[in-house]
Amino acid sequence: MNLKNLTNGLFKENPIFVQLLGMCPTLAVTTSAENGIGMGLATTAVLVSSNLVISLLRKLIPAKVRIPAYIVIIASFVTIVGMVMEAFLPALYGALGLFIPLIVVNCIILARAESFASKNNIADSVLDGVGMGLGFTLALTVLGAVRELFGNGTIFNLSIFGAGYKPALIMILPPGAFLALGILLALYNVYQIKSAK
Amino acid sequence: MENASIFVIMVSAILVNNFVLSRFLGICPFLGVSKQVETAFGMGMAVTFVMTMAGTLTYFVHHYILVKAGLEFLQTAAFILVIASLVQFVEIVLQKLSPTLYQALGVFLPLITTNCAVLGLALLNIQYEFGLIQTIAHSFFAAVGFSLAIVLFAGIREKLETSDVPLPFKGFPIALISASLMSIAFLGFTGLV
Repeated sequence: MNLKNLTNGLFKENPIFVQLLGMCPTLAVTTSAENGIGMGLATTAVLVSSNLVISLLRKLIPAKVRIPAYIVIIASFVTIVGMVMEAFLPALYGALGLFIPLIVVNCIILARAESFASKNNIADSVLDGVGMGLGFTLALTVLGAVRELFGNGTIFNLSIFGAGYKPALIMILPPGAFLALGILLALYNVYQIKSAK
Repeated sequence: MENASIFVIMVSAILVNNFVLSRFLGICPFLGVSKQVETAFGMGMAVTFVMTMAGTLTYFVHHYILVKAGLEFLQTAAFILVIASLVQFVEIVLQKLSPTLYQALGVFLPLITTNCAVLGLALLNIQYEFGLIQTIAHSFFAAVGFSLAIVLFAGIREKLETSDVPLPFKGFPIALISASLMSIAFLGFTGLV
């Protein structure tokens, strides 16, 4: 067991800011910080469970059919998570809509299964899943918060700019997603360049 | 949307609800395979081919297997398996029947399995309760919309390669900001249908 596996995903190998994986849900659901955190946690749940099961079965799955096998495992957990959310969090389930079943094709999950869970023991694989999942959640929440702040003047439905603020609606519309992520990535690069010096 | 005409579906899928720029489906190939117009066009053709077939096939799987057997909750798992096997199948058939076409599209085919546009399209077709003809039309035109967006975007990125961009914005950040401007342009089509 190695705690580095947990922290890796949070910042150094952040799936969104560094690896640029899983862009579709990142851009589509981050109209508010709340949706971002919901999507992030749903993905984390699937990632941790699929990493756990794939790591358990890593010696049983023949190498030739491993990708279809992983996809079936991932699809089962996505179905379970979708049903649980529909039952207990119907509002969030409605807001995320199509992107819940689409967790299946989120590249992060298959990438972690292939490059980590299929080669490491159960404890490390679970830690890796938690770390990557939380890194993804962090990125989605930050992006959601930025878009919600400028597009609606609120963060987590708390008013920040006061009632007089005229929201820049574009930030909540599709173009705002590309714009906000582009600027956040540039800021991340500024930080990287500065710390490299 | 049940009774939408083919023309309405066409305008809606290509321009108003463009898969990439307003629905955010298929962003990975959109950002990954858009450095040159030529490869972007190849990717667009491969996606059009697979999406039209996958959309039609999943229609039959849903209506004649899942609904009849009362197994709608297996939709996601069933569709992704259909898509993955279809992509493999298309790859093998193309390799045998048309080596030239295979050479043009071959490298893009494995990438398409994890393209969320294909699964997203299959799920949307069911959600909108389309009939067979509407399903085929929607699948084809959604893919045309995807190809249009990726080819236009590749054209912009080719120009970006030679322009003087501030260092932190080099690469993905400036590409995302260009995509944002394109998305604003497509926003202008809202309300057309």
